[in-house]
Formats: sequence, C-alpha cells, structure tokens
Amino acid sequence: MIPASVIIPLFVVIPLGGAFLISIFGKRFRPLPDMLGNLTTLALLCLSILSVKFMNDYGTLVYYVGSWKPSIGIVMVLDGLTAFMLVTVNLVALAIAVYAINYMEKFTSKWKFYTLFLLMLGGMNGVIITGDIFNLFVFLEIASVASYALVAFGTERHELEAAFKYAVMSTIGSLFILIGIVFLYSYTSTLNMAVMANVLAQKGAGDVGVMVSVLFIMGFGLKAAIVPFHAWLPDAHPAAPAPISAMLSGVLIKSLGVYTLCRIFFNVIGITPAISSILMFLGALSMIVGVILAIGQWDLKRLLAYHSISQIGYVILGIGIGTPLGILAGLFHLFNHSIFKSLLFLDSGAVEYSTDTRDLQKMGGLAQRMPVTSGTSLIASMSIAGIPPFNGFWSKLLIIIAAVQARHYGYASWAVIGSILTLASFTKVMKYAYYGKLREKWNRVKEVPIFMKLGMMMLAFICLVGGILLIASINGVFLSRASDVLLGGVNYATTILRGVH
Amino acid sequence: MSREHDQGMSLIVKTITRLTVGLILLYGIYIISHGHVSPGGGFAGGVIVALSFVHLMLAYGKEAAFKKLSKQAASFFESAGAIIFLTIALLGFAGGYFFFNFLAKGEPFKLFSAGIIPLCNVAIGLKVGAGLFGIFVALVLLKFESEDKK
Repeated sequence: MIPASVIIPLFVVIPLGGAFLISIFGKRFRPLPDMLGNLTTLALLCLSILSVKFMNDYGTLVYYVGSWKPSIGIVMVLDGLTAFMLVTVNLVALAIAVYAINYMEKFTSKWKFYTLFLLMLGGMNGVIITGDIFNLFVFLEIASVASYALVAFGTERHELEAAFKYAVMSTIGSLFILIGIVFLYSYTSTLNMAVMANVLAQKGAGDVGVMVSVLFIMGFGLKAAIVPFHAWLPDAHPAAPAPISAMLSGVLIKSLGVYTLCRIFFNVIGITPAISSILMFLGALSMIVGVILAIGQWDLKRLLAYHSISQIGYVILGIGIGTPLGILAGLFHLFNHSIFKSLLFLDSGAVEYSTDTRDLQKMGGLAQRMPVTSGTSLIASMSIAGIPPFNGFWSKLLIIIAAVQARHYGYASWAVIGSILTLASFTKVMKYAYYGKLREKWNRVKEVPIFMKLGMMMLAFICLVGGILLIASINGVFLSRASDVLLGGVNYATTILRGVH
Repeated sequence: MSREHDQGMSLIVKTITRLTVGLILLYGIYIISHGHVSPGGGFAGGVIVALSFVHLMLAYGKEAAFKKLSKQAASFFESAGAIIFLTIALLGFAGGYFFFNFLAKGEPFKLFSAGIIPLCNVAIGLKVGAGLFGIFVALVLLKFESEDKK
C-alpha cells in the first residue's frame, strides 16, 4: 500500500510543473494557460482537503525527501497547522485563477501571468509544508521574487516604482531572516527545525535566542507588513493587477509572514512572555494605525491595502495572546481575512475593469449597473467590519473575548475601536462606490464577464457560511487541530522525530 | 569593410573573442559535467556557459549572438531545464521517494557515478545558462516608453 505521506511533495510538484509547462507551451497554444492554471489550482485544492482528512486519520505525517532521514536530509511535514494553511492558500488561489480567466484578457501575455502565479503558489505551498529552515527560506524567496515581477506586471511607471520599492524592502526582510538562520545554524549545527528545537531546548537559547528573535520579528514582520515595517504594502498591493492584489493581500503576507512567525516562534525557539507581549503590542499598533491611515483614502485599492495591515494586526494580536482561545481566534481570523480581503480586491478589480477608475469620488450608484459586484462587495464589507452572521464577526468576537479572558482589557477595547473604524471606512466605500445616485457617465457600464462573477461568488459564499467552521465537529478536525500545533510548542520536535532512529 | 565589422567592438576584441569563446563554453560544460566530483556544478557551470554567449554579444553585437542562441531558444531551454529537473525528481518519486537517487551510484570520484546528481547538474546548468543569458538580453534590449517617445 502507498503511504498517505506521498501527497506531501505534490503540493510543490504540481504548481512548479504547471508553471514550467505553461512557460514552454503557453505562448503557442493559447487556451492552455487558462486550462492548466485552473486545473492545477483545482487539483491543489482537492489535495489540500484530502490532506485535512489524512492529517486527522493518521496524525502528523512526515516525508523524507530522497529517503534521507532528518538532520541530514530535508523533511516535509503535514500537521494540523500545515493542513489549515494549505486549505486557506489553495482555496483563495482557485477563486483567483477562475477570476483571472476573464480579467487578464486585457493584458497581452497571459501565459507569463500564469507562470508567475503558479511559481508564487508553489513557493507559498513550499513554505508551508517544509520542515527545514533553509528550505523554508528558499521557498520564501521563490514566492517573493515571483511576486515582485507580478506587482510590476502592468509595466507602467508607477507599477515599476512600486515593484522596485517592494523588492528593495522585501529583500532587506529576507536578509534579516537569512542572518537569523545563519545564527541559528552556527549555534545548533542543524537546519532541520525539529532537531533545532531539540538542541535549543537542551542548550538553552540564551543570547543567540534573543538576537535571532529580534531578526525574525523584523524579517517576518516585514513580510507580514506589521506596523513599523509596513511601508511597502500600500504601494505594492494596489499597483498589481487585481487578482494579484488579492493573492498578495489575501494569502502571501500570511503564509510568508504570519505562518512562518508562528511556526518558528512557537515550535522552534519556543514562545516566551516577552515575545508574546511584543507580538500583542505590534498587533494592536498595526490594528489601529492601519485603520486610521485607511479611513482617509479615496483610492479604493489603497484603502483596502491599508485595511490589510489593520486586519493582520488582529491576527497577530490573537496569536500573541497565546491562550488556546486566542490562538484559535487568530488563526480563524487569518482564514476569514484571506477570504474577504481577496474578495474585496477582486471586487475593486471588477469595478476597475468596467469603469476604468479606482477613485471613490468618481464612482457612485454602481449597484444599479453591477448587481453581482456590489452584492459580493456588500457581503465582504460586512464581513471585514464584523457584522453578524458573516465570518469576520465570529473571529473578531473570539479575539476580543480571548483578550478579555486573558485580562488584556486595553487590547480588547482597542480591538473594538479598530472594528468600529473599519465599519466606518467600509460604509464610506459602499456609499461612494455602489449606492447613491448613478452618474450619467456610468449609464452604459456593464456587469463583468461570467468567470469573474463566478470567482467572486465562490468567495462570497464562503464569507456567508464561514461561521460554520466553529461548529464543534468541523472545528475539531480543522481549526483546533491547527491551534493545537501552536499550543503544543516545542513538542513539535518530538512529533516529527518520532519515526527516526 | 564587410558588413560583419559594422557592429560590435574593434578588431582586436573580436579576434581575442573568436579564440576564447569556445574555450569558455567548453570550460562551462566541464564544470557542469564534473559537478559531482569537484568544486562547481550546475549553477557555476551554467553561469560560465551564459558568460560565453554574453561575451559573444559584447564583442560582435546582438545579431551574431542571436544567430547562435535566439531569444526563443533561450526561453525554451530555460523552461526545459526546469522540467528535466522536475522529471528526474518525479522518476525518483515513482521509485519510492521524491528526489530518490534511483540510479546505480558507481565508484566514487569517477565521472560516471553518483546516480542522478550529474543529470540534475545538467538540468540546472541548462536552466541557469539560458536564464542568465535571458536576463542579460532583457537588460540590454529594454527600452522605456519615454525613450521611444523622444
């Protein structure tokens, strides 16, 4: 019988294979990029749902690449957190690939888009499944480099400028991460995260631990766009084509920033009260600063980009609280945010596709002409603002309850204030863009084509029913398995090294 | 002067290039094929192979270089290198593990040894060589819209 762990490398193989096949044949055979891009993401989504089942049936699965055992070879790991992140990333990727069939028609070389898109997806999946810290860095760079090129995809002046700024800032972040890895490697003489966790537990992290923690907070914080390191995001995310903005804001900052931060601090170095309170403080700061900067914006996509900073703050705050409920709520908000923020960016892309403007002051009354876009946008806005029964409400509620339970009353009230400001800012979006009086020049505006609608409706449906993830039977196999991995802390090492002699 | 001399650098540079470019290419191939027994490998060798074409382009102009390796061919080889690398890894997957070294290992320090590693080096060399040449071409040929308008 084939062991269940054979599905693990497929998460990297399928997108990379798809990417290079498209780059060879996509130029000559025109329908191929669309077909292959969508088939690949569909296959990945099916596999990630299968991975949730396998993870529940067989426990944590470990794959030895090239049959080399840990501390020599690279391992790939499938545990609760991995399965959770894989489902999040590949779900959003599928909706975006469907949306891109129509949206990317206005650019000349669609095959380049799909090649880069699948490379980025392969990089993100790789970051999530790997159990080796240097391998993690390599996949992180694959995803980042592909995203620099995608931000510059329109090759207009401001897009190139944004991409260059993003590339410089993000490379500095990568450099911090690399130096952190170098320090850890020289201290522990291993690159395997499980073995590294064991060595750190035996020798004690000491001063190296402090140094490395600072480097990682800066590096991964830059990737996740937490507040003092957020300056690249409001330029880079609006400049990209809409599907890519959705991908960057929806999942890239989470898989490269938040996931890696959690994995390394909780499972390798081991979380300390100091790091916990730093994370909580930075989370609360991002939450408030992001939303205050967002509220005055008139560029729709820029406004959404600032909200990404704010919502990432909620995720970090939830995880930083560190109680079981806090971590669960943080991860749940991560899932929800990737759904509704991708949807909002796709909606903004749909508006731009039809009206060719992103300026809220020039829009108005579009709900009459574009019912699907405005409907899905309303659902997503209510989700992000935290209105019941949409998914964002449940996760924000849980974060606030967790903060109160842990006696962080200040942070809880900041979370409430942030949520109210978010509501205000999305009321503004809905009023100026979709409701109010229809302007004369938009009388001939048409609703977007079928595949764009389909992609948006998929995500809107998940926004609507997202709350069911909290029902005990679903929560038990999906969300709480992910938070258990983080709560288990450095027991991660024992689980991974179980089969090694 | 014939049309060949219109483009590129002076006669001295061209003569030296004619003498050295083959050696550089050969050295790159040597580094790739001996990657598993001596320092170097697919990446280093691929860079040297790309440099031989860059050298040609600098000395003789872009037409001469494109006659040897066109943009389409470079783009094809780049993707083909990646596909070959992935195929080798997947053949190992069929034999039990991803990247499993399924070929006979042979005797250490001989040219034909180490199973799949030389094959991986060839694939990486193809990818890096064609990719680096492509990057150089992109940097040389890139023109901004504003320049066109002037």
